[in-house]
Amino acid sequence: MHLAHYLGLLHRAQVNLADAFRQVAEAHAEEPDVEHLCQQQAKRCDAHAEQLHPFVVRYSEDAPDEPDRLHSQLFTGTRTGGIGVLRDLQDLYLMAAECDITWTVVGQAAYGARDEELLAVVRRCEGETAIQLKWLRTRMKAAAPQALVVAD
Amino acid sequence: MVDRIADPWGERTPYGPGQQWPVRVDRYLADGRTDADVDRWVQSASVLHSNGDALDIAVADGRIVGVRGRVVDRINRGRVDPKDLYGWQANHSPDRLTRPLVRDGGRLVETDWDTAMGRIVARSKDLLDGPGGWGHFGFYTSGQLFLEEYYTLGVIGKAGLGTPHMDGNTRLCTATAAASMKASFGTDGQPGSYTDVDHCDAIALWGHNVAETQTVLWMRMLDRRRGPNPPAMLAVDPRATPVAREADLHLAVRNGTNVALMNGLLREIIRQGWYDNDYVDAHTLGFEELCRIVDGYPPSRVADICDVPAADVERAAELLGTSQRLLSTVLQGFYQSNQATAAACAVNNLHLIRAMIGRPGAGIYQMNGQPTAQNNRETGADGDLPGLRNWDNERHVEELARLWNVEVDTIPHWAPPTHAMQIFRYAEQGSIKLLWISATNPAVSLPELHRIRQILTRPELFVVVQDLFLTETAELADVVLPAATWGEKTGTFTSVDRTVHISDKAVDPPGEARPDLDIFLDYARRMDFRDRDGQPLIDWSGPEEVFEAWKECSRGRPCDYTGITYEKLRGGSGIQWPCTDEHPDGTERLYTDGHFHTDPDYCETYGHDLATGAEFTEAEYRAKEPHGRAFLHTVDYQPSPEVPDDEHPLLLTTGRTVYQFHTRTKTGRAPQLNQAAPDVWVELNPADAARFGIAEGDLVGVSSTRGAIQARARLCGIRPGVVFLPFHYGYFDQDPAARTPRAANELTITAWDPVSKQPLFKVAAVAVTKLADGRGVPSPAPTVGGSAPPAGADVPPTVGGPAAEATSGKE
Repeated sequence: MHLAHYLGLLHRAQVNLADAFRQVAEAHAEEPDVEHLCQQQAKRCDAHAEQLHPFVVRYSEDAPDEPDRLHSQLFTGTRTGGIGVLRDLQDLYLMAAECDITWTVVGQAAYGARDEELLAVVRRCEGETAIQLKWLRTRMKAAAPQALVVAD
Repeated sequence: MVDRIADPWGERTPYGPGQQWPVRVDRYLADGRTDADVDRWVQSASVLHSNGDALDIAVADGRIVGVRGRVVDRINRGRVDPKDLYGWQANHSPDRLTRPLVRDGGRLVETDWDTAMGRIVARSKDLLDGPGGWGHFGFYTSGQLFLEEYYTLGVIGKAGLGTPHMDGNTRLCTATAAASMKASFGTDGQPGSYTDVDHCDAIALWGHNVAETQTVLWMRMLDRRRGPNPPAMLAVDPRATPVAREADLHLAVRNGTNVALMNGLLREIIRQGWYDNDYVDAHTLGFEELCRIVDGYPPSRVADICDVPAADVERAAELLGTSQRLLSTVLQGFYQSNQATAAACAVNNLHLIRAMIGRPGAGIYQMNGQPTAQNNRETGADGDLPGLRNWDNERHVEELARLWNVEVDTIPHWAPPTHAMQIFRYAEQGSIKLLWISATNPAVSLPELHRIRQILTRPELFVVVQDLFLTETAELADVVLPAATWGEKTGTFTSVDRTVHISDKAVDPPGEARPDLDIFLDYARRMDFRDRDGQPLIDWSGPEEVFEAWKECSRGRPCDYTGITYEKLRGGSGIQWPCTDEHPDGTERLYTDGHFHTDPDYCETYGHDLATGAEFTEAEYRAKEPHGRAFLHTVDYQPSPEVPDDEHPLLLTTGRTVYQFHTRTKTGRAPQLNQAAPDVWVELNPADAARFGIAEGDLVGVSSTRGAIQARARLCGIRPGVVFLPFHYGYFDQDPAARTPRAANELTITAWDPVSKQPLFKVAAVAVTKLADGRGVPSPAPTVGGSAPPAGADVPPTVGGPAAEATSGKE
C-alpha cells in the first residue's frame, strides 16, 4: 500500500507551508494583515500536520520504500517590495494548492482503506486549506493592479 | 434653567411601554438672548454625533446665536445633545480658515482659489497621464459631510478618475456595522427604528456607551427606565460607564474577547430552548453550524476567556433569552475590537434565532459613530459602491455605468474599494501620490501616529486638506482648502435608523471659505471629466440637483430615496428610507416579513470567511440558495493580535467623553465643552494604580512598542488590567515649539478586522509608570461619564456654570 507516501507528502507539505507562512509573515510585517493572517494560518497548518502525524506513523509500518522525486520544493525564501509581497503570496498559493490536491488524493485513499478516522481528519482540514487558497487569492487580486500597473 | 454640562441628559420625562415619548424642548441662546432676539430659525440636524437629532439654528444679525430642538421630529422630540447646544460656537472661532493655503518654500502661505485649485488640477492631470494613472489618487473623507457631497465625490473618483482608493474615516467608526449587516442580512441598512425603545422589554448594549456617544438616545432609554414596566438592561463594557451603572447586569469583559462571550450566550439560549425554531427554519441559514461552534463555549470557559463570573453569563443569557421584545445596540467596544465583524454578526444571530427583528421593540441598532457615516456608505465615497451595490456583481456595475454614461470598466470593480489603512500603506510605499483628505484629521485619529505623520510629510506625496481649521493634518498639507461647515451650506444626511434630515444654510461662510460640494464641483469642472458621449460627466450646480441625481442612483435599492424631496424634508419630521411612491411616508422597520436582502441579484456582497476575509464567489453564493433567508455566521474565538506581556502588562482601550467629538476640531473651540474636558487623562483601576504607586492626578507615562504619551491619572471603575485614554486630544492647541505627546493614537496598533477592515483601537498592550506627583490636584477628567471618580473622592464636580445655562421644557 502506497498511502504512507502520500501521507508523508502531505505531512511534509503542511510543515513546509507552516514554515513558509511564518517566513512571509516576518518578511512583510509592514503589511499588518499579511503578517497577522499568515501567522494565524501557520498555526492551522501546524494543527493539520499534528492531526496527520498518527496516520503517517501507522501506515508507514507496511509501506514499501519511498519512490524518488516525490517531494517538491516550492519555496526558496521571501522577497521585498510591493511585487515581492505579491510573489511571496503566490508561492504560498502554490504550496497551499499542493496541499489542497493532496488532501483530495488522501481522502480518496481513505475511502479505499475504509479508514473513517482518516476520512474525518481530511474532512476537517481540507476545508481550511480551501479557505487559505481563497484568502490568498482575495489578497492577491486586490494587490495586483497597484503592484503591477501603478507602482513605479 | 439647566446646566447641561453638569447634567448632560437633563430632566427625565418618564413613559411606559407603547406610549409616545413625551416632548421636551431644549434650547440654548448665547449672551442672554431670548426668542424675541432671534431673526429667524433655520432647520437643521446634529453633526456632532451620530444620533441625527433635529434642531433649528437661531440666526440674529446674520450670525448663529443658538439652537433649539425640533419638537416635531421623530428622533429627539425636541431634545438636544450638549455638544449641539454649545458646539455651534466653533463656527465663529477666530481661527477659521478663510483663504486657501499653499506650501511654498516649506511654509503654508495664503493664496487665492485659482492658485490653489490650479496646483491640484495640474498635479492631477500630470498623474493621470499614463497607464495606471488612476492608481496614484487616494481620497480620504469623513463621516461629517452631506450626502450630496459624498455622492459627488464618489462620481468624481469612480467615474471621473476611476480610482478604487476612496474611503472615509467611517472606516474607523462604522465599517463593522455595515459589514455585519451585509453579512447577516444581505445589504447594509438598519433593521430597527429608534421607536423600538418605546416598545422593548429588554435593552442590551454591546460595547456601546450610549450615554456619552448619543445622549438623546440614552435620554429615551432612561425615560423608559423611569416609567412603568421599564425594560431590563444588560451592558457589556470593560469600563464603569453611566450605562454600566444603570444596567441591571454589567459584564466587564476583558477587551478583545467579545466572540467568546457571544458564543457562550448563544449556547445558553439554545440549550434553554429560548429560540424560535419556526423562525430559524423559515428565515435563516447556518443554524446547525452555529450550534456546533457555540457548543464549545460553556459558561465556565467563557468565564476563563472573558474574566467574568460564569453565573453572570448565565444571568445575561436569561435576561436576553426570556425577553419578549429585545432591543440591541452595538458600537465601538465591538467594532474596534478583536474579531469585530464576527462579534457584531453574533448579535445579529441572537436576534435572528429569537425572531427579535422587524417588529416594534424587537430591533437591532448596529450604530454609527458619526452623523453622516450612513450617507458615506450609501453613496460610495467610502469602500462601497453607490446605492449599496455589490462591486462583484457585473450587473450592478453596469447600472452605474448606464446612469453615469461611462464605460463599465472605467468604474473600478476588479476588487473591493481600497480601505483606509491600505490607502495610507500605498501612500507610504509611494504608489499613491495625491491624497485628498476632507473633513477629517488622520494625524490624530488613525492608529500609530508617528507612522501617519511620516506618510503625510513624504515629499513625494501631494496632500490636499479640506477643512475648517488648520488641523494637525492640515499643517502637513501641500494645499489647504477652507471649507464651509454646518449652518453655512445646505444638504441632507441620514441617521442610524435611516431617518433623512435636511440641514439648510443659515449664514454665509467666513471669508472665502466654500461649501465642500462647491469645491468638488469646481474640481470636476477644472478636470473636465467627460462621459461616453463627450458631455460633462458632472453638470450639477447645487445640492438639490445632486440630491435629485442621487435619487435615481438609489432607485430600486434598499436605500431608495425616490419618494423624498427637499420640500418634503422641510417643515416636518425627518423621513426614513426606503421612501418611494408606494411608501411615500418612508419605512419604519426593515424585514417585517422575515424576508432579507440576500437574493444573489440584490445582495451587496457574496460573503466572506469571517476569520480571514477570504471572499466567496458568485457561484458559491448562489449554491447556498439563500432565498431571502438571513445568514447565521459563527466563528470560534481567537485571541487578539496583541495581548499583554511582562513589558506591557496592561490593555489599552480608547474612546470618547460626552463633551468632545472626534479630534475636538469643533468641540475644543466651544468654551463650555472644552472647559468640561480640557485635557487628556488616563483611567486606571485603583488596584492597578496601587500596584504602580499611582494616585489620582499623578502624571503618568503610558507606552506601547509604538510610542509613549503623558496623561494625568483618574482612578475609577474601569476593570483591573485595563487602562482607558480618550482619543480626542491632539496638538492644535499646544505651543508648536513645546508639544507634549498626549494623543492616544501614538500608542495604538496598526491592525484591522479581516472583513470590515476597521482598525483595532481597543486592544493595544501598554505599560504605565508614574512620572510626577500630582500633589493632590485631580486629573482634568470629567466627573460625569465613564471617568466619574468613586463616591467620596475629593474631586470637584464638572459644572458649566452661568455660561452653560440652557432651557428645557414642554413649551
